[in-house]
Amino acid sequence: MGAQLRVYKRRIRSVSATKKITKAMEMIAASRVVKAQRKVAASTPYATELTRAVTAVGTGSNTKHPLTTEAENPTRAAILLLTSDRGLAGAFNSNAIKAAEQLTERLEREGKQVDAYIVGRRGVAHYNFRERKVAESWTGFTDEPSYADAKKVAAPLIEAIEKDTAEGGVDELHIVYTEFVSMMTQTALDARLLPLRLEEVAEETKSEGEILPLYDFEPSAEDVLDALLPRYVESRIYNALLQSAASKHAATRRAMKSATDNAGELINTLSRLANAARQAEITQEISEIVGGASALADATAGSDR
Amino acid sequence: MAAELHVELVAADRQVWSGEATLVVARTTSGDIGVMPGHQPLLGVLESGPVTIRTSDGGTVVAAVHGGFVSFADNKLSLLAEIAELSDEIDVQRTERELERAKAEGDAAAERRADVRLRAATAR
Repeated sequence: MGAQLRVYKRRIRSVSATKKITKAMEMIAASRVVKAQRKVAASTPYATELTRAVTAVGTGSNTKHPLTTEAENPTRAAILLLTSDRGLAGAFNSNAIKAAEQLTERLEREGKQVDAYIVGRRGVAHYNFRERKVAESWTGFTDEPSYADAKKVAAPLIEAIEKDTAEGGVDELHIVYTEFVSMMTQTALDARLLPLRLEEVAEETKSEGEILPLYDFEPSAEDVLDALLPRYVESRIYNALLQSAASKHAATRRAMKSATDNAGELINTLSRLANAARQAEITQEISEIVGGASALADATAGSDR
Repeated sequence: MAAELHVELVAADRQVWSGEATLVVARTTSGDIGVMPGHQPLLGVLESGPVTIRTSDGGTVVAAVHGGFVSFADNKLSLLAEIAELSDEIDVQRTERELERAKAEGDAAAERRADVRLRAATAR
């Protein structure tokens, strides 16, 4: 075998090994998307009931709460950025990070100081590499977040928002995550979590015609709101974590699918080149033989004379 | 037809139980509260404790609930809990072990959780 042909054969072998790996990763990601979607669906009843309750308290009483009142002039905001621990997901992480950067810029233009809270190793690495300050970060659960993880993330954020701004607290809480629209579409977006805009929450409950009854609060409206709002934040963060996880798996699946397709294409091209090289080799051998034979014939013809 | 109310017991990550009932007893921060059909709209904060649901076919469902809310309106009762377990999902022996361990370690929160589970499991 000629050197050229051997090189092609070796490359084909290595590309097909890669193809096998990416194909496996694609299938794993596909099954995980389904699982993650199921988790999103399972958490929906709790989220809708909670949203309903928040709307009921918010509209049914004149209670003022630090989590629902806008600061007169907000000076500090917290951003919670949800990324994944692992890459190989196309533009998933860079899109989320880009959305966070844009939001940071906007908030800073408005004269607010921004504290970054980050979930996922990718986001942490991005911030550390640029030597930016990270208020707090969490890693290790982005593939399959549980409610306990959401609570862990929410605790310091709620604490920060309840603290006075002068003592290092924040006035606003924004969240940047990747919304799972469909298998093919996932969009990175930012949303303001706190202070709560009750009108928006009410819209989310979709039932516009429905008039909420006048509730009896047990023990009192303030206490209910006190207990309700942190849970609401946790549930929103949980939902965002789940959607982020589903989006990440979908992005991985897509990235791995195109990697597999590319590998297939590459194998085709390489086998064509290898065939051509083999043909060239054979042609060369034949012409060498023919050349050698005619040289020999010429030589014998000369000696006859 | 006996009056009924629709009950949804949901935990943060799943729906635990849903169905028709005639009476639901839950523990709020200001004491036990029983809700029957036609109750005034209510929104309350739950303590950790067992929740008893008398179903319309005469049975009883008991669940251990760890923190959450109860809301009632239009004959629909929602029990929202971060963690909720039906009594027949609870492994009594394991919970007893957990209770002992919590007592030994002086972990008050874990002790209370295990205690609530045990009470729910035995109240069946």
